[in-house]
Parts: sequence; C-alpha cells; structure tokens
Amino acid sequence: MTKVSMTVNGKTVSGDVEGRTLLVEFLREGLGLTGTHVGCDTSQCGACVVHVDGKAVKSCTMFALEAEGAHVTTIEGMANPDGSLSALQQAFQDHHGLQCGFCTPGMIMSAAALLAENPRPSEAEIREYLEGNLCRCTGYHNIVKAIMAASGQDVSSIAAE
Amino acid sequence: MYNFEIERPGTIEEAVAALAAEEAQALGGGQTLIPTLKARLAAPAKLVSLAGIAEMKGVRSEDGAVVIGGGATHAEVAREAAETYPALAALAGGIGDPAVRNRGTIGGSLANNDPSACYPAAVLASGATITTNTRQIAADDFFQGMFTTALNDGEIITSVSFPVPQAANYQKFEQPASRFALVGVFVAKFADGVRVAVTGASEDGVFRWSEAEAALSADFSADAISGLSVSPEGMIGDLHGTPEYRAHLVKVLTGRAVSAA
Repeated sequence: MTKVSMTVNGKTVSGDVEGRTLLVEFLREGLGLTGTHVGCDTSQCGACVVHVDGKAVKSCTMFALEAEGAHVTTIEGMANPDGSLSALQQAFQDHHGLQCGFCTPGMIMSAAALLAENPRPSEAEIREYLEGNLCRCTGYHNIVKAIMAASGQDVSSIAAE
Repeated sequence: MYNFEIERPGTIEEAVAALAAEEAQALGGGQTLIPTLKARLAAPAKLVSLAGIAEMKGVRSEDGAVVIGGGATHAEVAREAAETYPALAALAGGIGDPAVRNRGTIGGSLANNDPSACYPAAVLASGATITTNTRQIAADDFFQGMFTTALNDGEIITSVSFPVPQAANYQKFEQPASRFALVGVFVAKFADGVRVAVTGASEDGVFRWSEAEAALSADFSADAISGLSVSPEGMIGDLHGTPEYRAHLVKVLTGRAVSAA
C-alpha cells in the first residue's frame, strides 16, 4: 500500500491505496463519496466523470496515485455553499434532465466542464461534448435543455420533452 | 486487474531508470492501458507514469514545424495547435470524447500504434519525426505493423515534430459504436509533394497510399484519384466492414480530404 493525498471538494484527504486502485474506488470506498458512479467500468459511459485540476476525466480510467496532490471535484462538491442546488443542478431538476439518475453525476460534471470553457454552448456543441456520457432513460433531450437553461439561454424553442 | 507498483518520476532520466526494472511498463494517459490491465491482457510488475515529467509537456512552434511533447494530451493539442496546424488540431479534437482527451497523450497513442488510432495517420502523412530519450525516428521507419513500432523496451517518446504542410485534412469514418476510425485518411500537401496516410484499414496498421500521392502531387484535386483503386487484399475484415468496404472507403475519404484541405 502507498499513501496518497489530494484535495477533494476543498478538503485535504489521504489514504492508503494499491497501485491498481482506481480514482473512483478511492473516492467511493476510501472516502465514502458514492455520488460518483461506476457504470461500464470501461471508460465509455461517463457515469464516473469527476474534475481533476479543473478538467473532466473518467475516474474509472485513472489510478488514485495519479491524482496525488491534485484538486478533485466530485458531484458532492457541486452544490452551493449553503447546501442548495447549483444553477446547473437546479436546471436538471426543473427541466427533467434525469429519470433514474444513474448517469446524472457524470452528466453534471461533464456539463459543468463544458460551461467552464464555453459559457453559452449551442445545442449541437452540448450534444457533441456529451459524447462520452451515456443516458439510457432520457433520450438526452431534457439533459441538453437543462444545460442550455443553466447557461441562461431560451429553451422554449427546443422541441422534445 | 493484477496489482503493480506505480512510480511517478519527475524527469525523463528518472523515468528511463525506472523502466529498466524487470516487467516495468510506461503509463501515458492510461486511456488504452488501463482498460487493457482491467481485461488482464497485460500484467506489468511496475507502471512508470510519465504524467509528471515537465519536459514532455506542451506544444510549441519551431522553424516551420509544430513540436508536441510526448506527454501532451489530445485536448492540449486540439487547443494549442489550432492556429499553427489546424488539421492536426482537428484530428486531436476528434479522438474519443472530452474526458478521454483530457487524459490520453500523443506519446501513448503512438507507442501503442493501434491499427485504428488517428494519430499515426497524421504522423505518417506529415512526415513527422519522433524523438525519444535516445534518438530521432522518421515516421516512415517508426510504424512497423499493428501494435508494433521501432521503439525498444524502455524507450520513451519525448516529443513529436510535425512539419506544417501548405494544406492538409483528416477524414475519419467513425465506427458508430466505438468512434474509432473504421477508416481514416490524412492528406498533407507540401511544396515537394503530397503524402497520404491511411489508418483503420490495413492489417499491417497505418500505411501510405503511394499511387494517390503520385497522382495528387501532379494534380491536387479529388478528380486526380478518380481512376485509382485500392486493393482489398490485406485490409481488415470484421463485423463492422469487409475488406472491400474498407478499400472503397480509403478512396472516398482521400477524395473528401483533398476537397476539404
């Protein structure tokens, strides 16, 4: 076992991990932050997306030791400081951007990364950016709508419900 | 996944020393290697992460070339080469998905030489030079068949230098589920001729289509290759496409790349 230290959602944390321990395993099993999900475990579905030093990454395809010293943000760190939902999270609720909710943590983390680099993305840009996030419930329409709404854009003309 | 140690050297010299250990394996961004380890298709005793090596980072311009650190991620290349070599930046921005592009590196992709990877097409079509910790390797000598390169054990790709062509374009026909290139064609027009490199199609990995290069060097237009055909012999045949289909795509995509360049 090797000791690993990093900052997760603003707090300094550390733990003992094996070389093969994935970042998502450290987050879920080491820190109890089970909001980050493991869907496919083959880096395709995006349910495990977190931010490492501000960049969206698939935490099932990165070792915990590779995050030594990094700043990691998970879905648990996305709410406002007073505990209320962030604008992006609230938009997912308002626009029915989730059904079963399994993909939602990854969707929020990817969407937040998109909005950080492109504050007013077009519908096409949102769909392209979410290429690596799979949702088997919503058909994506309401997810896209929620992200557009969260970026302050008019969503009344977007067709699908 | 079998267990292993991870080392995180800070310099190329330290990485080379770490890789000299028995059953040590370099770890780039891990976007291919980690799934491979999960499937127990590889079982190294030690992984040497190259991610902490500052001298392998970044994208810079140098005498008509774009020089990319072996540890540069696809996202960095997509962003930082956008003005200097737009066709290369577009290729990098089309690999995988945003989260994969934030981890995967050019050095890792080239060292792996997946027959359906995008970067080998750009490297071969550009006549790029691959610099390792010990030497420089011309693109034409680097790729030696599917998952096989000129790299020796423990040798690290530290940077790749791409001469910038007058015009270039990459056309990728995506396999719709994996988004890997079912066939990808990179066309690059230089003052002294045109180079055409094809990925995804051949059982021998990336290759140059020399008949098209000759025709396009004489006349850089999609019409110039209309009389040519590609033999299906040696092309990959699988449930996604027959050898004949891939051979057909090579020509179609070459024409599109020339028109778009």
